[in-house]
Amino acid sequence: MPVKTMRDAINEALHQAMAEDDSVFVIGEDVAGCNGSQGEVGSVGGVFGVTGGLYKAFGPNRCIDTPISESAIVGAAAGAALVGMRPVAEIMFADFIGVCMDQIVNQMGKFRYMFGGKSTCPAVIRFASGGGFSAASQHSQAMYQILTAFPGLKVVVPSNAYDAKGLLLQAIKDDDPVMFFEPKALYQEACEVPDEMYTIPFGQAAYLREGDDCTVVAFGQMVPRAAAAIDALEAEGISCDLIDPRTTSPLDEGAILESVEATGRLVVVDETPPRCSLTADIAALAADKAFHALKAPIKQVCAPHSPTPFSPELEAEYIPSAEKIIAAIKATLA
Amino acid sequence: MTMPKEKLLRAYRQMKTIREFEERAHVEIMNGQIPGFTHLYTGQEANAVGVCEHLDEQDTIISTHRGHGHCIAKGADVIGMMKELFGSSEGLCKGKGGSMHVADIEKGILGANGIVAGGPPISVGSALAAKIRDNGRVAVSFSGDGSVNQGTCFEAMNLAVVLKVPAIFVIENNYYSEHTNISYAVGCDDLKARTEAFGFPVFVADGCDFFSVYEAAGKAINHARSGNGPAGLFAEQGRFHGHFVGDPQYYRAEGELDDLRENSDCLKVFRNKTTATGEVSHEELDAIDADVLALIDEAVAAAKAAPRPTAEQVVEDVYVNYGNA
Repeated sequence: MPVKTMRDAINEALHQAMAEDDSVFVIGEDVAGCNGSQGEVGSVGGVFGVTGGLYKAFGPNRCIDTPISESAIVGAAAGAALVGMRPVAEIMFADFIGVCMDQIVNQMGKFRYMFGGKSTCPAVIRFASGGGFSAASQHSQAMYQILTAFPGLKVVVPSNAYDAKGLLLQAIKDDDPVMFFEPKALYQEACEVPDEMYTIPFGQAAYLREGDDCTVVAFGQMVPRAAAAIDALEAEGISCDLIDPRTTSPLDEGAILESVEATGRLVVVDETPPRCSLTADIAALAADKAFHALKAPIKQVCAPHSPTPFSPELEAEYIPSAEKIIAAIKATLA
Repeated sequence: MTMPKEKLLRAYRQMKTIREFEERAHVEIMNGQIPGFTHLYTGQEANAVGVCEHLDEQDTIISTHRGHGHCIAKGADVIGMMKELFGSSEGLCKGKGGSMHVADIEKGILGANGIVAGGPPISVGSALAAKIRDNGRVAVSFSGDGSVNQGTCFEAMNLAVVLKVPAIFVIENNYYSEHTNISYAVGCDDLKARTEAFGFPVFVADGCDFFSVYEAAGKAINHARSGNGPAGLFAEQGRFHGHFVGDPQYYRAEGELDDLRENSDCLKVFRNKTTATGEVSHEELDAIDADVLALIDEAVAAAKAAPRPTAEQVVEDVYVNYGNA
């Protein structure tokens, strides 16, 4: 099977979805690039190169550059979706949710409910999310935990190229608005990805490691880091379940609870600060529904309650490391 | 401007329906029968009808918190709307939306909207879909003088020009953003020039004269429908009620409301003009008045008798499908 990076897997999914369904279009800042300039239009393909080639393949009506106007981008996607299109909008950095939150939360996320179930809004918003680039406080946040809190939105966080392709194709086919977070630290990470189209259903976690001693739940770019931590502990005779929920809304509660019932221990890992976070959410789920099975306090491994710092030394301290995950797993076994 | 009699009578019926819907809603709110926050459109009826009389069912509108008039003008079911205001599960939105979120996608009504200037970006999306599909449709966003100071309004106007989409921005100036006058809230002296600086023509209408709005709206809509990109329509007309029902209206000048109702009532203006030319008789308009009052009576009675939502409906209609999770 061919090996592809997450960037290429997402790009392939976009090409295939647009070729299959002419109601699919992409819209965002520099998704084509160079409009109105001396350069060749379409030569940018998004600041991370994820939409490369789409302009050449599908033209200006389906690969649409916009001004730097995030509210208008999300609003345009919402309105086009309300009348039957399947837009895939790109918000360059997830941090920019701060400037288009109303259109996401109050508009597209609530149409169906406010309108008594008589509308659909099959829009996808793609965000490059997360830290690891010394991009400092306004270009490093994960942000998916915030949108997970809003009913009406579905929230997807792939942790590898294979999942990214299958989840994005599902997102585009899905009739609800889907927030698709691409951990930018993983764009260059590669794995086997089939050439053909396939979908991964929402609300189904992936079991990436199986073990007896502890359940580890991790999100996005923390998944490969948690896997490395678990693999390192194997030499010490410690084995863990590793669960990647893949979608935070809907959440595969059953997979998490079943594992916690079996291991009796839980470590939850995410790159966000701790308050009102997914780590707190999963910990509360286990405390509520699997308390009787727990043999040790639940451990949350997450960023501290501070903005994301710039300096590489500070950011390395900020984002949970494999060492911190190892320490947390050991703490549950102490 | 000459119009076929059938169209004249239809326009009057639409305006009268909005007027009576609003006035009766006001009574029922004061009686405690309609819950929540309600913003009445009374007085501004000529704007909604003057615009929507140019639209087909497949054209879209998006509205505001003051949205009943736009929805009725675009063809929303009046009885379903009244049931919605009362919070019945038989309401147009099953009692989930209420006054501020009346919508009917099948009729091209993308919703009243509780966020000031929330609608214009969404309307640009509908216009973009029309452009991509090349289907000749247009998308109208109604918003008020308060909306023009929101960033989303600027973003939407600029994006509509950049993408050259058939969007019409209808700005209804009723002089007050809630309790603050436009002379304070808009920092420039010439809002039309400020808007036209985005790069599209703005047509101006007298908001208490249906014929003025109809003519100006026709120009704006034809401009957009012909592939020339967006257009604007400005119409001035004060509202007869407060920002919301219960607003003490401290901002009104003495006699302002009486003057509005006496001298700027689109129904009176319409009646005077059309009966003076002999195009329509008082008896014909009186007959419509009676029809409309009967319809509103029926709507209120139906809303009061309609079933109430049940507990399990709280979590219905959040998603099309949330899977097995």
